[in-house]
Amino acid sequence: MLRWIVWRDLILAWRRRADVLSTLFFFVIVVSLFPLGIGPETQLLRSIAPGVVWVAALLASMLSLGRLFANDYQDGTLEQLLLTPQPLYFIVLGKVLAQWLVAEIPLVLIAPLLGVQFDLSKETLLVLFVSLLLGTPVLSLIGSIGAALTVGLRGSGVLISLLVLPLYIPVLIFGAGAVDASIMGLNPQPNLSLLGAVTVLSLIFAPWATSAALRISLE
Amino acid sequence: MNLYKYASPVNFYPLAGKIIPWFAIPAAILFAVGLYVGFFVAPTDAQQGDVYRIMFIHVPAAWMGMFLYVLMAIYAGVGWAFNARLSSMMATSISITGASFTFLSLVTGAFWGKPTWGTWWVWDARMTSTLILLFLYVGFISLQASIDDPRRADRAGAVLALVGVINVPIIYYSVQWWNTLHQGATIRILNKPTIAPKMLAAMLIMLAACWLYSIAVVLVRLRYIILEREQNAARFAEVTA
Repeated sequence: MLRWIVWRDLILAWRRRADVLSTLFFFVIVVSLFPLGIGPETQLLRSIAPGVVWVAALLASMLSLGRLFANDYQDGTLEQLLLTPQPLYFIVLGKVLAQWLVAEIPLVLIAPLLGVQFDLSKETLLVLFVSLLLGTPVLSLIGSIGAALTVGLRGSGVLISLLVLPLYIPVLIFGAGAVDASIMGLNPQPNLSLLGAVTVLSLIFAPWATSAALRISLE
Repeated sequence: MNLYKYASPVNFYPLAGKIIPWFAIPAAILFAVGLYVGFFVAPTDAQQGDVYRIMFIHVPAAWMGMFLYVLMAIYAGVGWAFNARLSSMMATSISITGASFTFLSLVTGAFWGKPTWGTWWVWDARMTSTLILLFLYVGFISLQASIDDPRRADRAGAVLALVGVINVPIIYYSVQWWNTLHQGATIRILNKPTIAPKMLAAMLIMLAACWLYSIAVVLVRLRYIILEREQNAARFAEVTA
């Protein structure tokens, strides 16, 4: 069941490749705007890099979350999925997993390249990569709650960011904190461990909350 | 007397109207007493001078902002779990008051910070988490405002409030940690071992006044919400008559 949902969403995403690419380029453009706005001093850029990359990742995930349930809602698939005897938890988990693979993984992969623009060292790039790899599942998981609550509402795109962005703050702090620590030559491990803890917690609870939210929204 | 009768919004409407003065009048008296004690009886602070007196509003407002968020989540959760409309309406009603108190505590904090710290705003752990609390309120209020069906708005709000309540401690500790990492212990608020009894008295009176005020205002708003939502209920006309 889980595999079937993931596979289906991946095929759908492949048929709308442009959406995936636009999220990715949004991320790249936002990150590249900061040096233009702040100035090219290497020292300054290096110190803001973790925050910039992470905040851009949060914003980019806002773009793709709006689509998480919207298309399925419009063509009625979502209603049918809710009626299946399979546990909704796994259906939601499958959709979130597919969203993560399609929308977040490209960001994670390109982030080290953007880090080079900010003159980060090789070790720091690795920490940036790992922190994003650990943290982006939380963005998809918590974001799915917001997406489920706002499905079918007018202006849901802006609304979803109001609901979800405050909840992202711990991820932002731990994620950017790990990279920061690495830049200052400290051990990024505590931050990464906390990030991992947040990921595990949201993996357990978020699909459940999303299922409840979907039932409320489609009733 | 059957108390469950009052779980129905239509029955609660007249009761709320009757009990509001019991909270509103003591609130007004306690505000008067608390402000008098705070401004004229409590001694001037040795280090901060008279500036500290804004604390008599700031501290109760900050506490109310936090308490009311939890209370709102409880009401919303009960309303969702037991399908109790009145409880959900309470949550909606509380959200506005809670957001107002949170906002008030940020503004008064800025007024206090300017003469004391020399700046309107610092990214102190407490201020940052209060700001985030305000964001959480804004999310709740705007979610409910953009859903037309009131029952869906109630339940969606409940999910968001409960997720928020679980997140609040995580956010709080992450912010605190972030704060200690990024700046040393440069500033501490009221880091004194003791507080003068008269100051404490003024603070507690103001806190009680804020509680009573919140209950009264929440009930008044609740009556309007009931009026709006239940106007088509058959029995409503006879109750309000």
